[in-house]
Amino acid sequence: MSGLVALPLVVMLASSVAALAFLRYPKIQEAIALTGMVALVGAAGWLLAETWDGEILVLQAGNWPAPFGITLVADLFASIMVMLAAIVGLAATMYSVGTIDADRERYGYYPLMNILVLGVCGAFLTGDLFNLYVWFEVLLVASFVIMALGGGRPQMEGALKYVALNLVSSVLFLSGVGLLYAATGTLNMADLSQRVAEAEADGYMTAVAMLFLTAFGIKAAMFPLFFWLPASYHTAPAPVAALFAGLLTKVGVYALIRVFTLIFTTDVGYTHTIILWLSVATMVTGVLGAVSHNDVKRILSFHIISQIGYMTLGLALFTPLALAGSIFYIGHHIIVKTNLFFIAGVIRRLGGSYELVHLGGLARSRPALAALFFIPAFSLSGIPPLSGFFAKFALVRAAAEEGEFVALAFVLGVGLLTLLSMTKIFVEAFLKPASGEAPAAPASPGFWHYAPIGGLAALTLVLGFAAEPFLSAATEAADQLMEPERYIAAVLGEPQ
Amino acid sequence: MTLAVFALCGFAMALAAPFLPIWRFRPGGWLAAGVPAASFVYFLTLVPRIGDDEVVTASWNWIPTLDVAFALRVDGLALLMALLVSGMGALVVLYSGAYLQGKPGLGRFMAYLFGFMGSMLGLVLAADLITLFVFWELTSITSFLLISFETEKPEARKAATQALLVTGGGGLALLGGFALIGIEAGTYDIAEITAGGGGLAESSRYLPILVLVLAGAFTKSAQFPFHFWLPGAMAAPTPVSAYLHSATMVKAGVYLLARLHPALGDTTEWTVALTAFGSVTMVLGAFIAVHQTDLKLILAYSTVAALGLLVLLLGIGTDLAVKGAMVFLLAHALYKGTLFLAAGSIDHGTGTRELGKLGGLARAMPITAAALAVGAVSLAGFGPVLAFIGKEALIEAVLHFGQAGEAAVIGAVVTGGTLFAVAAGMLGRLLIGAVRAPHHPHESPWEMLAGPVLLSVLSVVFALAPALISGGLVAPAAAAVAGEQVKVKLALWHGVNTALLLSLLSLAIAAAVLWNAPRLRPVTARIADAAGPLRPGELYYTSLLNLNRVARQQTRLLQHGYLRLYLAITLATAVALTVAAIAVRGGVELDNSYGDIAFYEVIIAGVIIAGAGLAIRASDRLTAVVALGAVGFGVALVYAFFGAPDLALTQFLVETLTVLLFVLVFYRLPRLANVSPVPTRVRDAALSLAAGALMTVLVLASITQTSDHTLTAYFAETSKPVAFGRNVVNVILVDFRSLDTLGEIIVLAVAALGVVAMLKLRREDSP
Repeated sequence: MSGLVALPLVVMLASSVAALAFLRYPKIQEAIALTGMVALVGAAGWLLAETWDGEILVLQAGNWPAPFGITLVADLFASIMVMLAAIVGLAATMYSVGTIDADRERYGYYPLMNILVLGVCGAFLTGDLFNLYVWFEVLLVASFVIMALGGGRPQMEGALKYVALNLVSSVLFLSGVGLLYAATGTLNMADLSQRVAEAEADGYMTAVAMLFLTAFGIKAAMFPLFFWLPASYHTAPAPVAALFAGLLTKVGVYALIRVFTLIFTTDVGYTHTIILWLSVATMVTGVLGAVSHNDVKRILSFHIISQIGYMTLGLALFTPLALAGSIFYIGHHIIVKTNLFFIAGVIRRLGGSYELVHLGGLARSRPALAALFFIPAFSLSGIPPLSGFFAKFALVRAAAEEGEFVALAFVLGVGLLTLLSMTKIFVEAFLKPASGEAPAAPASPGFWHYAPIGGLAALTLVLGFAAEPFLSAATEAADQLMEPERYIAAVLGEPQ
Repeated sequence: MTLAVFALCGFAMALAAPFLPIWRFRPGGWLAAGVPAASFVYFLTLVPRIGDDEVVTASWNWIPTLDVAFALRVDGLALLMALLVSGMGALVVLYSGAYLQGKPGLGRFMAYLFGFMGSMLGLVLAADLITLFVFWELTSITSFLLISFETEKPEARKAATQALLVTGGGGLALLGGFALIGIEAGTYDIAEITAGGGGLAESSRYLPILVLVLAGAFTKSAQFPFHFWLPGAMAAPTPVSAYLHSATMVKAGVYLLARLHPALGDTTEWTVALTAFGSVTMVLGAFIAVHQTDLKLILAYSTVAALGLLVLLLGIGTDLAVKGAMVFLLAHALYKGTLFLAAGSIDHGTGTRELGKLGGLARAMPITAAALAVGAVSLAGFGPVLAFIGKEALIEAVLHFGQAGEAAVIGAVVTGGTLFAVAAGMLGRLLIGAVRAPHHPHESPWEMLAGPVLLSVLSVVFALAPALISGGLVAPAAAAVAGEQVKVKLALWHGVNTALLLSLLSLAIAAAVLWNAPRLRPVTARIADAAGPLRPGELYYTSLLNLNRVARQQTRLLQHGYLRLYLAITLATAVALTVAAIAVRGGVELDNSYGDIAFYEVIIAGVIIAGAGLAIRASDRLTAVVALGAVGFGVALVYAFFGAPDLALTQFLVETLTVLLFVLVFYRLPRLANVSPVPTRVRDAALSLAAGALMTVLVLASITQTSDHTLTAYFAETSKPVAFGRNVVNVILVDFRSLDTLGEIIVLAVAALGVVAMLKLRREDSP
């Protein structure tokens, strides 16, 4: 069964190569990409089913025993993340079919999308720190090329800022890996966990931990490292922005959670306190950024930052409930945020703009779209019984239990501001009468727009109304994270 | 199960309503009203059972992971509220069908209305704090949708947003409070929490819990200083105002206080907070009501006063007060429902709600006028109406209230008098005199009269025969609030006592107010103007503006658009975090025994440093690239001298290629401009040096760390016999760590793809 761990990667690699072979035939590429994503959902579902009860699947690549080769590991957290990547990958591919022009398709849009998802899944599944770096490079270069693909000057400018700041992350990450290797002589994360625990808990390890915090903090768009995100996301086409908004920052959060539960747990009082305050600052600055804008895509971009703060807050609190809250929050957020960017794309199609002043009247002309916006928007605001509420509630409870009342107050206050800016979009774009500047013949959205939007909205409802199985899975995943012995035993074999 | 069906049937209707074809026909409203009517009948059948101290429950283990149950429970308090919600619901649906007949979006309106009804029933029946919270928020959302129903009106959109933000903010506070209660009480089950008696009140977190719960309750029930959203909410269609913003939703806060009274009540903090805020709200609401000329605003502010009164009673918290609160709760729903529905009827029949434009309606709209009269008598609190019993109970309770009793008595008397004046002024202008109206007034259809007539009749019947409600409804409700059995005997006439005398005193006040109205108005208007910026409604807008300003300033400060500053901040963060860790934790030791430094090592270091320096100072790209190449070659030399010849070879190749590529690409680009002023350059230099120094220190410190060569040894041992490769580095690349190599191949392929696309596919229009 261990080969299953590599299946998502094999599927994505195969579909990207296959699509690459048909560069000149966009229709065939679309079919291949869709098939690949459906297969990925299947593979991820299989993987999730196998790990659902807490089993950790391990594949030693090339059959070299750990810690000598590269190990792929699927614990429940990783499987959940792969499943989420598969879902939004499929949704974004569907949306792309209805949106992306033939030019972009001829220059490798679909293979790049597949490679991006491959990089994301690789990052989730690897159990090796340097290999994680490699997957980060894969997804960075793929995302950079997709972002720049076929764009004009603003898009290039955004892409440039994106890549420049992310390269700083790469440098810091690589330095951290080197320093860690020098001290422990290993790259296998399970092995690292043991060696770092055995090493003296001195400033060296804490300093290295800070390098990782900065490197992954850039990827995750934490305060004060998030500049690349608002500078670039709003320039990309809707499906690209949606996929990035849903997935990319979460890879950073995933890496943070992974290393700060598995490797750097010897100085929790120091490291996690810093994460706590960075999280609070991330929540606040992000939501203020959203409040200050009147462009749908920019508002949504800043909300990503704000909510990254919620996710890392769960890591900072470092209790099983808090981590479960983080994991559930990640799942909720990926689905909801991707969907909101999709809907933003449709809004722009119908209203000709992303600017709220130019928009209006969509509730009257497109009541179904209004309902579909309502679900993710108010889920994002944490209105019960939608998914965002339970995500927030788990964190609220965890913060209260830990006596972190300042953080608790910020969680609640930021929730109010989120409600404010979601209401702003709803009122301005949907309720307000149309300003009359809308395009005479709006490009009507069709099946390939509404299908992914409707699907993700339905998932949001399921995650809310039937939250229990997902929350209990998140709790099991969090328990695994809080007891790294299980991960270590699965990778390195039972201690003799 | 039956309970859940009748409680939640509103949601089914809400989902179906937009698609039902019945709204075009007049009987559509009758049909729809059948749904809440059925719920109402069901709840009526529960009255005897609840009267016998039974409770009816339904519960599902919704989210055991978070200890959240979906649980409903009917006790006396819940039953009273459920009857109000479903009964009023039936009348309002019937009414709305006619009120909005022929308007577009009636299906949508009904969906919101039924959604609200389901939420409100869920709220009052919830047996679990989180279940309650879910419905609490849903009432805020449905209220938002209903207020903004006429979306083309800017004031409707504004008022809807305002109501949502105020009640939503309170909701978040409430969530915090509930989380704390959950931790302190160890459960979210409301019955367990309230049965726990003094547990919460004695806990160390009592005060924060109380403050958070009060914030939730006060925002919802429009207590000062959050009362301002309620008059704004009058932008909603009138039946909505009658239902949500008078009879039911705004009582949710009062309901919550009543519900948690056994667990949180009867402490000094509780009493002081509730009586203070309640009294202020009560007096304030009554005073503002006097000055209104829009019928709906009069009713809105008098609702604020009534809500204040209820909070005051719960703050007093004696059996007498609780009993009074329950009676008044019912009485207010009956008469304010009557008044609002009658006001809607007048608006519908005449085309205006402005008192100044109306007159003589007793003749033109006799049935509406009759209902209005009963309602106004109730508002005044005099006569054979249930509200009179409620008001007498209030004065009784206040009279027996120990602390600060005098102030409360004065407040109650003044409020009573002022509301009397409001009622009298309203009635006098509307009913008497010649018929005056913008359009020729006509009486409303029966659907719109059923509600006001029925409610006003009930007002009178319950007053004349209070036994109908005292044992079956009021006593169980009061018992649930007090946490113990409460004896309830209601009577319209208690003989001549202090309460009655005080009522008469308030009558005198009313007469004075009415008499002096023309002279009083400019004075109070001036006071109101002077206090303008301090008015909570203004405060809401200024704080919203300030929030926007702060948000914009912050965002301009952080997200300014200059990449070089972004880079500087990012790097500075890395340095600061790492240096702080070393400073706080210590333990980074440098080994001073580096052995002899060879001559060539100095030269290599010199080449690297000189290359870096030149790259920084270079004024054209070519020089910079070549200088960087020198740095690369220097590093390659280091590899060569320290036992990694193959790595050095790779590095030489890479550097050569890079320089060549750069030269090709950069050849045509303009010279580098030096745009930064000196201070910026100094800052950047300091930052770069700090980053470099930090890395140097860390790398030197890594030498002192105990290193482990298990991996290297294993690679050397197994390379040939197991992997069949003589060159260990090659075997590492293509076998031990082949997955890395695969990844890097992908990176190169993607980069190539990207270069092609960027050269060939260029456009200026990007969507």
